[in-house]
Amino acid sequence: MRFRRPGPAPAADDVADPGRGIELRGVSHRYGDRPVLDGLDLTLTEARIGVVGANGSGKSTLARLLNGLVVPSEGRVLVDGLDTRTQVRAVRRRVGFVFQDPDAQIVLPTVAEDVAYGLENQGVPADERAARVAEVLERYGLAGHADHPAHLLSGGQKQLLAIAGVLVMRPARIVFDEPTTLLDLVNARRVAELIAGLEQQVVVVTHQLDLLDGFDRVLVVDRGRVVEDAAPGPAVAAYRALMADR
Amino acid sequence: MTLALYVPRASVVHRLPAGAKLLALAVLAVALFVLPTLTAAAAALLATVAVGLLVARLPVAVLARQARAVVWWLGALLVVHALTTDLRTGAHVALRLLTLVVAAAVVTATTRVSAMVAVVEWLCAPLRLVGVRPARVGLTIAMALRFIPVLVERADRIRAAQAARGGSPRGVRALRTTVAPLLVQVLQMAHDVSEALDARGADDVPPPRRRRSPTSEVPR
Ligand SMILES: Nc1ncnc2c1ncn2[C@@H]1O[C@H](COP(=O)(O)OP(=O)(O)OP(=O)(O)O)[C@@H](O)[C@H]1O
Ligand SMILES: [Mg+2]
Repeated sequence: MRFRRPGPAPAADDVADPGRGIELRGVSHRYGDRPVLDGLDLTLTEARIGVVGANGSGKSTLARLLNGLVVPSEGRVLVDGLDTRTQVRAVRRRVGFVFQDPDAQIVLPTVAEDVAYGLENQGVPADERAARVAEVLERYGLAGHADHPAHLLSGGQKQLLAIAGVLVMRPARIVFDEPTTLLDLVNARRVAELIAGLEQQVVVVTHQLDLLDGFDRVLVVDRGRVVEDAAPGPAVAAYRALMADR
Repeated sequence: MTLALYVPRASVVHRLPAGAKLLALAVLAVALFVLPTLTAAAAALLATVAVGLLVARLPVAVLARQARAVVWWLGALLVVHALTTDLRTGAHVALRLLTLVVAAAVVTATTRVSAMVAVVEWLCAPLRLVGVRPARVGLTIAMALRFIPVLVERADRIRAAQAARGGSPRGVRALRTTVAPLLVQVLQMAHDVSEALDARGADDVPPPRRRRSPTSEVPR
């Protein structure tokens, strides 16, 4: 399906500097007049970064800032030096996003068509598209389902499909917002292993703390602020202590 | 749900371009009406079933399912004609309809949604002149096909949740107790889906034939 006329992408990438990672500079955010994030200054360069915190603490909002789905009310978010406010298209090509509910992110009827969707948006030629889709489906055990209706997949397969639809676009960084919350133990483990094996930089928001084993850095978010920023061991301990006091 | 009927097979019928199959379907429909004999209709039905089962190698169940969906309708046609005209005319009309239903089933079972949508986009191409973007029309159809089963499932889930707590509303009350929560879920989902589309580059290329407003994104 051509959902878009092929054409060159905006060439904003040439000013990008991949070494800079994701930077938040004086970021605050409010929905209407309700403050959700308050004065964040972060530089995210590590390969594996986790984000934990209570319900409603602002984790999803923080995650959405990283690829321009949300633009901060104050301050700037830079991805490899590209501002999410003014260069959102270039930013989204670099930062993929996986949501909690796979049903909402599978947008086309069959497995292969859905995986191809993002590539069509990028104007990738049909034969290269087919090759890349086939390769990704093969790698994530979905090759036998290429022509199957997406709604017949199991919950775990749907989440794998959603992830495949992002990976096929080869972003340099991927943000996951609670990718295992709706999955059973087996599928959650598969997704965890998949994430562990990625070569991309990964930021994972999660309530499943064992997903963070082996991560480089974990942020604890509370009431819109980062209250702890450390290795998984101390960060998770601080999070547990924080929750024990409630 | 009987949507997304594609049945993968390596057959000539599968390989035919979607446009050709849709054209053949249209020709068949016209032919059935200009050749108004019972034998012609019966022959057409036999030929269609043969193409579906023998050439395209579709399972009988796929065609039977579609035929079953209209069986009451066919019966009603037969009865109405038997009462008002004669049984032979009734049989002819019913046979004609059944042939078209089976033929349509053969086309949908051998054609990917994407190929079908591409034909629709092609047919919509002249509408470009009045500002319609055919690609968007195609995306809309494909997304509708994707989300109808999802919505059916959500509605089932709401009904099951209510039944689990002893509710089994009917009539106007059911409308209120099922439709209202479903609507809330649909709106939430529409928001989530639009975010997912954005995240996968839905607006990666600016809309054609529209001047950029000074406030919109300017790639540097
Ligand atoms: N689009 C929105 N409009 C208005 N308020 C919002 C919106 N999205 C989130 N909020 C509010 O902002 C606050 C932070 O929400 P956010 O989704 O970032 O929290 P979270 O840490 O991800 O929570 P959870 O663990 O439940 O997913 C919440 O109080 C929420 O109600
Ligand atoms: Mg959240």
